[in-house]
Amino acid sequence: MTTVAIIDYGMGNLRSVAKAIEHVAPEHRIEVTSDPAVVAAADRVVFPGQGAMPDCMRELDLRGLRPAVLEAAASKPFLGICIGQQMLFENSEEGDVPGLGIFRGEVVRFRDADMVGVDGARLKVPHMGWNEVWQNSAHALWEGIPDGERFYFVHSYYVAPAEPALVAARTDYGVRFTSGVARANIFAVQFHPEKSAQAGLRLLSNFIRWTP
Amino acid sequence: MLAKRIIPCLDVSAGRVVKGVNFVELRDAGDPVEIAKRYDEQGADEITFLDITASSDDRDIILHVVEQVAEQVFIPLTVGGGVRTVDDVRRLLNAGADKVSINTAAVNNPQVVYDASSKVGSQCIVVAIDAKQTAPGKWQVFTHGGRNNTGLDAIEWAQRVEALGAGEILLTSMDRDGTKIGFDLGLTRAVSDAVRIPVIASGGVGTLEHLSEGVSTGRADAVLAASIFHFGQHTVREAKELMRAHGIEVRL
Repeated sequence: MTTVAIIDYGMGNLRSVAKAIEHVAPEHRIEVTSDPAVVAAADRVVFPGQGAMPDCMRELDLRGLRPAVLEAAASKPFLGICIGQQMLFENSEEGDVPGLGIFRGEVVRFRDADMVGVDGARLKVPHMGWNEVWQNSAHALWEGIPDGERFYFVHSYYVAPAEPALVAARTDYGVRFTSGVARANIFAVQFHPEKSAQAGLRLLSNFIRWTP
Repeated sequence: MLAKRIIPCLDVSAGRVVKGVNFVELRDAGDPVEIAKRYDEQGADEITFLDITASSDDRDIILHVVEQVAEQVFIPLTVGGGVRTVDDVRRLLNAGADKVSINTAAVNNPQVVYDASSKVGSQCIVVAIDAKQTAPGKWQVFTHGGRNNTGLDAIEWAQRVEALGAGEILLTSMDRDGTKIGFDLGLTRAVSDAVRIPVIASGGVGTLEHLSEGVSTGRADAVLAASIFHFGQHTVREAKELMRAHGIEVRL
């Protein structure tokens, strides 16, 4: 049996992520865990995150999970979600905190000056709701998902990768920002597939079947 | 582009949907799970549950409702009604809610908005504001179903809860609630223009056109309605088709 570990470092509720994966992979074992040994033994790893990135980094280290996350990100199918995507980068403007540094680049906030819609109205922050995700290149996790499909977002910061080749998806909100990144065994998104109805379930299902 | 959201709202008491939901072929009109699934199929962007349970003994039942719905419906869920403390917020989030809405408790103790958003993140905290017009271009915040005037100016209160860490505002016109004559567009626009966080318009929807106006004239980021959808009068999909025909960005 395949085991999927969802890394729990005490930041927010992971029940939704677990339930959505159970829904698309009833034959798999889904473990919400803060045990590095369970993460190390899992076949696939999901790295979610909610709240503020400085809190997420602190809680991750308090639980001694950093080595397990780095090891998983280097070796097995790995899905980052929301702050779990942002933490893969070098640094965040949010609290000026260092991330895990797996990818080169920064996490930046939506700038007030950019928050103007096509009709001139102010765009709200957090960016909250269903927005289009434009796929940058073919990837196994996009299989069966139309280009420009809508996913559910809720965030005020986004990643700005230093290497353009990392960009797997882009989304427009005042600026065109990176809403997904991919490299080798890692795929990470800013939106919430577990809250994105059929499109989100399809992406999770693709992840479960993905052989990088 | 970001889509404007349509949010059906369900009143729940002791684990059952009340005020009736009249869908064709619904086996159990009071079952929150079945109704939530139906709205999800229609393309609802989120679902809001308002817990109106009167007896404090039955208050924890809403947690089981949220758990059951979250196991089968994969769109954002907001829960409000009787939320007083950070602990109430945590328990609802742990049960599977994505956002929790705070109303009276925020007025009585604004610190709870700050404490809750610091603990769980602004994105999880909605502050519900019930407002009534008291003079031309002036609205005040009311509690207890519109009976109790807090004396707070609605626009100033919206800005204050934003500063305290609210991630979104659920704005209900108590003058319009239940009237079916449309949103208070002046109120909606005034609040939406005064804050940088998203505003959900609520209260008064009687036609699909009203939903559209809430977004276009009211500049709301999302619109919430109950009866127009519950009685099978209109589907969420119909509402979105009309909004799209008016040039509003929706998820269809």
